[in-house]
Amino acid sequence: MITMQNITKSYEMGTQVVHALRGVDMQINEGEFVAIMGPSGSGKSTLMNIIGCLDIPNSGTYTIDDIDVSHMSDDEQAKIRNQRIGFVFQQFNLLPRTSALKQVALPLMYAGYNRAERTARAQEALQAVGLGDRMDHRPDELSGGQQQRVAIARALATDPNIILADEPTGNLDTQSGAEIMQIFKTLHEEKGITLIMITHDPEIGEQAERVIWIRDGLIQ
Amino acid sequence: MNLSESFLTALDSLLANKMRAVLTMLGVIIGVAAVISLMSIGNGLNASITSEIQSIGTNLLTISTDMDNSDGYQTLSMSDVAALSDSLNAPALGEVAAMVQGNQAVVNGSNEIQTAVAGITANYLFVSNLDEMQNGNGITQNDVDTKARVAVLGSEAATDLFEEAYPIGQSVKINGVSYEVIGVLTESGSGFGNTDGNVFVPITTAHSRLYADRTRDGEKAVTVITAQAASEAETDAAIEQITETLRRQHDIVYAADDDFSIFSQADLLDTFDTITASLTAFLGAIAGISLVVGGIGIMNIMLVSVTERTREIGIRKAVGAMKRDILAQFLLESVLLSILGGFLGIVLGWIVSRVGGNLLDFETIVDAGTVMMATGFATAVGLIFGIYPAWRAADLRPIEALRYE
Ligand SMILES: Nc1ncnc2c1ncn2[C@@H]1O[C@H](COP(=O)(O)OP(=O)(O)O)[C@@H](O)[C@H]1O
Ligand SMILES: [Mg+2]
Repeated sequence: MITMQNITKSYEMGTQVVHALRGVDMQINEGEFVAIMGPSGSGKSTLMNIIGCLDIPNSGTYTIDDIDVSHMSDDEQAKIRNQRIGFVFQQFNLLPRTSALKQVALPLMYAGYNRAERTARAQEALQAVGLGDRMDHRPDELSGGQQQRVAIARALATDPNIILADEPTGNLDTQSGAEIMQIFKTLHEEKGITLIMITHDPEIGEQAERVIWIRDGLIQ
Repeated sequence: MNLSESFLTALDSLLANKMRAVLTMLGVIIGVAAVISLMSIGNGLNASITSEIQSIGTNLLTISTDMDNSDGYQTLSMSDVAALSDSLNAPALGEVAAMVQGNQAVVNGSNEIQTAVAGITANYLFVSNLDEMQNGNGITQNDVDTKARVAVLGSEAATDLFEEAYPIGQSVKINGVSYEVIGVLTESGSGFGNTDGNVFVPITTAHSRLYADRTRDGEKAVTVITAQAASEAETDAAIEQITETLRRQHDIVYAADDDFSIFSQADLLDTFDTITASLTAFLGAIAGISLVVGGIGIMNIMLVSVTERTREIGIRKAVGAMKRDILAQFLLESVLLSILGGFLGIVLGWIVSRVGGNLLDFETIVDAGTVMMATGFATAVGLIFGIYPAWRAADLRPIEALRYE
């Protein structure tokens, strides 16, 4: 369970201060599929980065399963990201010149698995997203949809219970986008993974169990 | 993550971007190789000149007329040689030899050369360290006593005059008179002041047939007197004794300057030391510039890839890398590149220095200090510019690293 209380985050741009989040209270239960929606610039990505421990809030408390993660050290947060959270970004964020298999094995390496275990689990994850025949391909040898599936396999590799996806279909054509959504839904339904997805697309919003609306840094 | 994992990750990362790895290494290789090869050539040149001078003998003294104080006369004569040979006058001197020299046409059939023909005392070649014979014999005391018409040829003069033919027993014409060739000297080397093209005859023969110059007192003049100090330590004493003896011989009054000059091999050594030291410094400066250019090359590659690498660090952190994982990976990458580059640079520098030494015809000297300095510098540049960006990026929050541009 994810709980946020009065989370604020602002960015300083020279003399100007941008208040991206102005006091967010929120709760997401285990196994939920939640869509976060709102206009561009409303603070969706900022919120997701904080949920994912990629960034830290200016104030407020944030707990995952009653563990306070907002005050953890960098390395402790790295461990949370590694074990409990998987990320899928709009821009894929894959390592250049690196095979799909090695991309997916990366979180497993930081988790401390040995080479054989890493390869086995990475292969399994790639097969789960339908890329069993593309393991040796590098990002520049894969289509956008395939790259995003590698990213999903990477997010799944350490068996996290939360997947955060920031507009995962934003850079994809309708067809690939639909395939990616199908993979997410299957994961959510079969593995009971908590799925938090930022989206612009009302159709995707409709597939979620709940939509959290955000505007000007506040939950509506 | 343990060290061997970090090592494999670093290796993976280098192999994933071979171009960047090679370019980075190239900077180290060029810098190290340039320093090693240039410095070794400078050092080798220095040593070869020094040893060449030393092979002539550092206790050799050369006395010649000081033309600025002689009213146009030659001032040295055979009686000076006799006076210097007397151990009562100059106890610090060993052998004393003399030579009278000028340019002559030397002819064998249709082969003619213009060269220095030297009339010498029987001990001259020995004193000057030129007494190694390729064929035949040197000039003997008997040849000198009998004003024999015999000649000893330098190796180059022999080739020029006789080509493939065996010269001993043949005759050459000097100033229209025939001389029997009795010996050919071995090649004395490529160095300065080499006498391979010269022809030597007995000094008495030269005095009566070739060179009529007289001193102010009417004695037959000699061009150069060479004398060996009994030992290197006695060189200074020998110079003093020569000066006293010759001033007395030449009746030079107290207030007047010497009408001769004495030159020691040590003076020559000093002169060349100064020249080669500045040559080495010059090569060193070029090498230093190469090193800096190599360093800038490394720096450029590293800085150009900072954006890409910062994103990479962001990705790695997002999936769970801790700061120390990132640092270990980048440190090992830099160490691997620097060590491999340094090693290849040493090998390349050594090869270039060998090839250069062969082309320039002397032994190059690779000294350990230079190797360590160059490798150390290039490695340090590789390490600093490899690690510093990673150090900064590892401190960023993952989202900042992911967004970096
Ligand atoms: N790194 C940053 N530096 C400065 N301003 C930022 C930064 N990230 C986001 N912002 C600002 O914060 C606000 C919220 O941004 P974001 O969370 O990306 O919105 P969304 O994802 O909903 O489009 C925007 O006004 C944006 O310009
Ligand atoms: Mg956004």
